[in-house]
Amino acid sequence: LWEELLLSPLPTGDVAATFQFRTRWDVDLQRGAAVSHYRLFPKALGRLVAALGVRELHLALTQGFWRTRYWGQPPLQAPAGAELWVWFQPTVTDVDKAWKELSNILSGIFCASLNFIDSTNTVIPTASFKPLGLANGTDHHLLRYAVLPREVVCTENLTPWKKLLPCVSKAGLAVLLKAERLFHSSYHSQAVHIRPICRDASCLAVSWELRQTLTVVFDFFSSGQGKKDWSLFKMFSRTLTDTCPLASQSKVYVDISPKNKEKELLEVSPPPTSVHEAIVQGDKKTYAVYDLLSPSLFNSSRSLNVQLKWKRPQDSSEMPIPTLHAQRYVGGYGLQTGQICTLIYNTHPYRAFPVILLETVPWYLRLYVHTLTIITKGKENKPSYIHYQPAQDRRRPHLLEMLIQLPANSVTKITIQFERALLKWTEYPPDPNHGFYVGSSVLSALVPSVTAMKDMDVEQSPLFTSLFPSSDGSSYFVRLYTEPLLVNLPTPDFSMPYNVICLTCTVVAVCYGSFYNLLTRTFHVEEPSRGGLAKRLANVIRKFRGVPLL
Amino acid sequence: VVEGLALLDLGVSPYSGAVFHETPLIIYLFHFLIEYAELVFMITDVLTAVALYLAVQDFNKVVFKKQKLLIELDKYAPDVAELIQTPMEMHYIPLKVALFYLLNPYTVMSCVAKSTCAINNSVIAFFILATIKGSAFLSAVFLALATYQSLYPLTLFAPALLYLLQRQFIPIKLKSKSFWLYTMQYASLYLCSLVVIICLSFFLLNSWDFIPSVYGFILSVPDLTPNIGLFWYFFAEMFEHFSLFFVCVFQINVFFYTIPLAIKLKEHPVFFMFVQLAIISVFKSYPTVGDVALYMAFLPVWSHLYRFLRNIFILSCVLIFCSFLFPVLWHLWIYAGSANSNFYYAITLTFNIGQILLISDYFYAFLRREYYLTHGLHLTRQDGTEAMLILK
Repeated sequence: LWEELLLSPLPTGDVAATFQFRTRWDVDLQRGAAVSHYRLFPKALGRLVAALGVRELHLALTQGFWRTRYWGQPPLQAPAGAELWVWFQPTVTDVDKAWKELSNILSGIFCASLNFIDSTNTVIPTASFKPLGLANGTDHHLLRYAVLPREVVCTENLTPWKKLLPCVSKAGLAVLLKAERLFHSSYHSQAVHIRPICRDASCLAVSWELRQTLTVVFDFFSSGQGKKDWSLFKMFSRTLTDTCPLASQSKVYVDISPKNKEKELLEVSPPPTSVHEAIVQGDKKTYAVYDLLSPSLFNSSRSLNVQLKWKRPQDSSEMPIPTLHAQRYVGGYGLQTGQICTLIYNTHPYRAFPVILLETVPWYLRLYVHTLTIITKGKENKPSYIHYQPAQDRRRPHLLEMLIQLPANSVTKITIQFERALLKWTEYPPDPNHGFYVGSSVLSALVPSVTAMKDMDVEQSPLFTSLFPSSDGSSYFVRLYTEPLLVNLPTPDFSMPYNVICLTCTVVAVCYGSFYNLLTRTFHVEEPSRGGLAKRLANVIRKFRGVPLL
Repeated sequence: VVEGLALLDLGVSPYSGAVFHETPLIIYLFHFLIEYAELVFMITDVLTAVALYLAVQDFNKVVFKKQKLLIELDKYAPDVAELIQTPMEMHYIPLKVALFYLLNPYTVMSCVAKSTCAINNSVIAFFILATIKGSAFLSAVFLALATYQSLYPLTLFAPALLYLLQRQFIPIKLKSKSFWLYTMQYASLYLCSLVVIICLSFFLLNSWDFIPSVYGFILSVPDLTPNIGLFWYFFAEMFEHFSLFFVCVFQINVFFYTIPLAIKLKEHPVFFMFVQLAIISVFKSYPTVGDVALYMAFLPVWSHLYRFLRNIFILSCVLIFCSFLFPVLWHLWIYAGSANSNFYYAITLTFNIGQILLISDYFYAFLRREYYLTHGLHLTRQDGTEAMLILK
């Protein structure tokens, strides 16, 4: 078990804390033998992986949105709501059935309503989600991706996630995970990643890796509630007391990279056990490392409270802009049509690079692909690869995948128009005027880095640098998510089903009645009649009045 | 259609999504004509008007001949001289029909909107022209094309058959052999052309995908976008349990009036065609104002029924007001947000009631005129007083 906590102060004065817990399970499930010795790997997930033939599983539950423009590139971003993407083994014959079972079982394990994942929000991307672990071939029919933007994350989701850790929340870094403080933040994301990896450098055997990551951004400073000085106690209302006995590595990294190559902005206390330098996401960064397993750390006091103090006021006018960031919004007015606009910024001064954009739009916003326009610097930009799968009503969502080349220092605007459908009255959620959520779109890119990165040994580098495999030293992989959208649909009147049925059937009956009359009756000359009771009564009254009779 | 063409260009079948519901022949037609779309729609409207003009001209000749025959055979009562149609008043009717179609605001609106309804109208107009001219083959081909486009012109098979039988002087008796022979001939011509057209569409796109997308869509009404018909709100507010039942009921409702009307109006097949067209355009699953324009173009043909219409003023006011209120209430619901879907639905109801009462009013006037023609205009009762005519 390797534990890691990364504290990185953000340019706006907030601080982001990323926990990563990595458990390695040295067993080869593909051999077919039933496994019963789980050791540190949680049994629930182990049985799931073995029974359903899962090769890779990535589940993320997120509350809030990572503001890439202001906070920089995230180490690992997840879209708002719940996101699940899974690669199945080639031995699985009915992938859809396995997918449905998997989402139901996961919804039970994590107390999240993942059972709402069905064919109306599952797509099969062809280019975007390549496997992150070992992979033989990539037949994209074994991949499924679904996102539930309306999902809310709360303590009930944190508790089962914590239970999957070997030490639960009793020792080690997990003691800091107190729900009350974690959800008092502007971004909270917890994720589970399972993938096969090489057991050692020679890669003769395969073992399973389970990574649980939790990213939380505390925004006391920018929301005006506190000063810029941070400490573990202030953030989590707990301090680190001892290490988890099952952990073979347990470290706290604090990002103290200087800006503009001057001396450090931050002062950390107590003094760190070592200082680590690495090139992360194209930038040279310096980390103060606290190794919780070294005996010198817990000598004086039984608790470790890392404190960060800003040395001089930071001039907030100069904020570093990340190389790739994006925005998405809905344009148009009225409840009939609209358009989805995505803006992608490439702020690299001289390098152009391609980006894959994946958009999943629910079926009730009918996209018109002939209105798709991509404009860069005023000119039209044709994507080199488009995969579009139109939606089918009530069965499948839209899937649009494009490979777009972004020139250096440019803004690319992608617009597509849609029409809003009227749904049946039972298909609306309980609050229909709140609107419908459209899941975030995914941007995957290999961003060229400013400084060259050297190949790192996976075993020695900190966890937060080894999640995404990097093929060469000149670029790093980034996956960004845009904002989810909230779109209103026209609503029928929900109080009217009986009235509508009666009125429409009345109109049809009027037609039927008049036609029946005209078709089955013929004209006759009217026969004089003796008069009914009413006529006789009227005649009696008339006789009294002295008026001529009818 | 533009979306279908874009999907075809991308290499995806146009029917794999839920946006495109036109037939493959339309895709191929527009593949070549998409540049000149406005011109194409204007030309189709002009063609429809010309077809209607020629059809009504021929029909007038037929009517006049029949009238003359019946007068000579002494079938008419002696005092109905003012009811007989004279050539002078019938002279301008074809021109009026063509103008009614071209100048109808509904036609202009469909042309501006570039709705494929104009093509449907044009095919039906050519079918009517072919039927009235008496060519069974052309009439079967055009009817097959019209049915292939939208399913409902299938009901026009009956009036066309009756007209052609009348023209060939074959009496309509169930036991007569020549009746069945001719019926079989016409039906086989129709079915063969339909099969040919469907197979042609299959070979154009190499798949049978278009059948559920086009015909399944018309029959099962999955898309509930508001239109001027009755179906959309009904199925938006329907309980799931009964949805299938009511879909079947509504579809049967369109086809259901054919047989009774055929029995009642077997002597007057063109009026039958008019009533059938009107019923289709009111009760089809996705009606448009272009369909309304088509049957309204025929109203001048029966302008001699004017004196027997009972509610024509109220009905025309209802139709005009509803046409004005439709866009207003649509805007209020969708854009301004200050009205409900109920407002638009109410106007839908009123418009359709207006249309239904208009058709039944014309039907009533037609039957009444027929009665007067055979029984005389001034009816007296047995005791010599003025009589009233009622339906019993």
